[in-house]
Amino acid sequence: MNHDTRTGEIHVPILARVEGEGALDIRIEAGRIEALTLRIFEPPRLFEKLLEGRSSQDVIDSVARICGICPVAYQMSAVAAIESILGVAPSPWVEAMRRVMYCGEWLQSHSLHIHLLAAPDFLGYDSAPAMARDYPDEVRRGLRLQGLGNAIIRTFGGRSVHPVGICPGGFFHAPDSAAMQALRQQLVTGLEEARELIAWTAGLPIPEDDQDFVSVSLRHPSDYPITAGRIVSDRGLDIAPADFEERFREFQVPHSTALHAQLDGHPYLVGPLARLNNNLDRLPEALRQRLDDLGIHFPSRNMFHSIVARAVEMHVALAEALRLTEDYAPAGEPHAETPVRGGVGVGCTEAPRGILWHRYALDGDARVAEARIVPPTSQNQARMEEDLAASLTRFGLERDDDALRLHGEMVIRNYDPCISCATHFLDFHAVRK
Amino acid sequence: MTTATRRPRIAVHKFSSCDGCQLAFLNLGEPLLALAETVDILHFAEAGPIDEEAEVDIAFVEGSVATSQDAARLHGIRQRSRYLVTIGACATAGGIQALRNLHDADEWVSGVYAQPEHIDLLADSTPIAESVKVDLELWGCPVSGEQVLGATKSLLAGHLPRVDHSAVCMECKRQQAVCVMVAKGQPCMGPVTSTGCGAICPRWQRDCYACYGPAVQANVSALATHLADTGMPADEVARRLLFINGHAEPFRREGLDWQARVITRQGSEEEQG
Repeated sequence: MNHDTRTGEIHVPILARVEGEGALDIRIEAGRIEALTLRIFEPPRLFEKLLEGRSSQDVIDSVARICGICPVAYQMSAVAAIESILGVAPSPWVEAMRRVMYCGEWLQSHSLHIHLLAAPDFLGYDSAPAMARDYPDEVRRGLRLQGLGNAIIRTFGGRSVHPVGICPGGFFHAPDSAAMQALRQQLVTGLEEARELIAWTAGLPIPEDDQDFVSVSLRHPSDYPITAGRIVSDRGLDIAPADFEERFREFQVPHSTALHAQLDGHPYLVGPLARLNNNLDRLPEALRQRLDDLGIHFPSRNMFHSIVARAVEMHVALAEALRLTEDYAPAGEPHAETPVRGGVGVGCTEAPRGILWHRYALDGDARVAEARIVPPTSQNQARMEEDLAASLTRFGLERDDDALRLHGEMVIRNYDPCISCATHFLDFHAVRK
Repeated sequence: MTTATRRPRIAVHKFSSCDGCQLAFLNLGEPLLALAETVDILHFAEAGPIDEEAEVDIAFVEGSVATSQDAARLHGIRQRSRYLVTIGACATAGGIQALRNLHDADEWVSGVYAQPEHIDLLADSTPIAESVKVDLELWGCPVSGEQVLGATKSLLAGHLPRVDHSAVCMECKRQQAVCVMVAKGQPCMGPVTSTGCGAICPRWQRDCYACYGPAVQANVSALATHLADTGMPADEVARRLLFINGHAEPFRREGLDWQARVITRQGSEEEQG
């Protein structure tokens, strides 16, 4: 076949090792990508409508169900919006412990993604159990860290999937000191394992593929951003979460049940790489030194460095959880009393996959009149399509369908798309004419 | 299809859901690797293997029937599976998304999407058992990992496990948890909700919100009347019943009954006014 004039279509009918259901269709004409669509066909569950009429606590318990992998993120963005409406400021203890709980979700979600979803790509396996036969220690370390993340969530929420601990004003229950001491011992071991993990991910055979994209994340005055901050980009954007709708626009495309989003009319990136690119100066000094010693340089324009960014953030999560629980004592009152009142409020936090923005209008009985939720995966969809077109062209459209499909899946997995949130992939179709 | 020597085959299928019940496998840790060494996992898209057409001994199904394609896909899975096990509230009871069954689904779709004609969605979200025969239902939002692993081992040994559907109250007593309804007057759904979660909510000093579905012989109307008698408005009683397992009987019937009381009362007020 003449490499310059190849034509045809490639279809990936079900994307594997992503969370949710989706597919990739490519049409190649005369050696160029003529059309590329990332189809998300996860059936919508219409959360924004089913929340109407519900109480604040029902919102917190409901939105967790949008995503089984990042329920804490949904609860945290929701509770932030609700507390702003109710005029309740959570106590410093509550703020610190919510950040610890959120660190648990980062640790769980990132480790699941690195070990069960992404790393098999880089090392040529089709699944983590297959990879575990040759890399038993690495996979087991990953499962332990994932388990540790789940243990943190359970400490505050009773269970790791759809935890039950968060309420307006704080937590229903403060973990006792003995439970926290037992957890902290595991965190110390986990921190050392996360150090080793960073070096392991940096040593993976990572493709070179620098691209031009805008990194969008939260930014906090002093901390690495997790539960709060302003929305910033590496191109000068710096806005309060309340102003999100002035610059970011969501729109429907026919091939997806997840809405696409643009910043000032252009695709943008959210998630671990964007966060790290924008917040290198918020990393603990020892961690920055560790990255320098390993020769790992951020900011990066290579999306394949996302796996390293996730490992770095696992270290951040463990270090933060240890720091914030150092002098732990259970709060006498784990939650503030909340008034019943209406209004409009916004909450934006850093879900493992990127900024998660919620806006609620509550009526005078504090019941939902209107809800709007913008998940990270829908924000990344336009950027994913842009990346796929560039990456596959650079990879070589003359390669056979299987090679293109595998590379396309790898590119998609860099974003750790959570299609249940956005609304699973990997149905790949390419048409060559 | 079976020989005495081949390894058992399993599949994990996804329908409309949050993926949280698949985590019952992905969060197992070391037992996940042990399971992968004793069975062949032929289809489990989130974990890697994709062969939706495979014949298997156990098919686990997460999620509810929600699109025009789902029923046909499900019939195929049923035909190719010895045991079909539903995992979680979506597959077993339609899920939280079944709340749209009580509303005008088209209107809801138009409320979220500018071009609703591109969205393939059935008016109702329904449990798997409304479309095909189900051999074992594991309830819960999310399902319990221990329950899934235990059920898998039982099925691989060739027998259907018995699932405890006694009320959360029984589990509270076993765990020596203080009753939040008696001690704090909270509107706990524990008396009518199946155990399986470990009575987490009462142990966390909050009221159960019925994420494991109805308990066996649940007297739902007595609990609803109690909630109303202790000051809860009828519409709130209806919302307590019509939530994560709102499509499951007797929650649905009783919830609609309390909803109708609200509508009737509003109607008579309008007549008076």
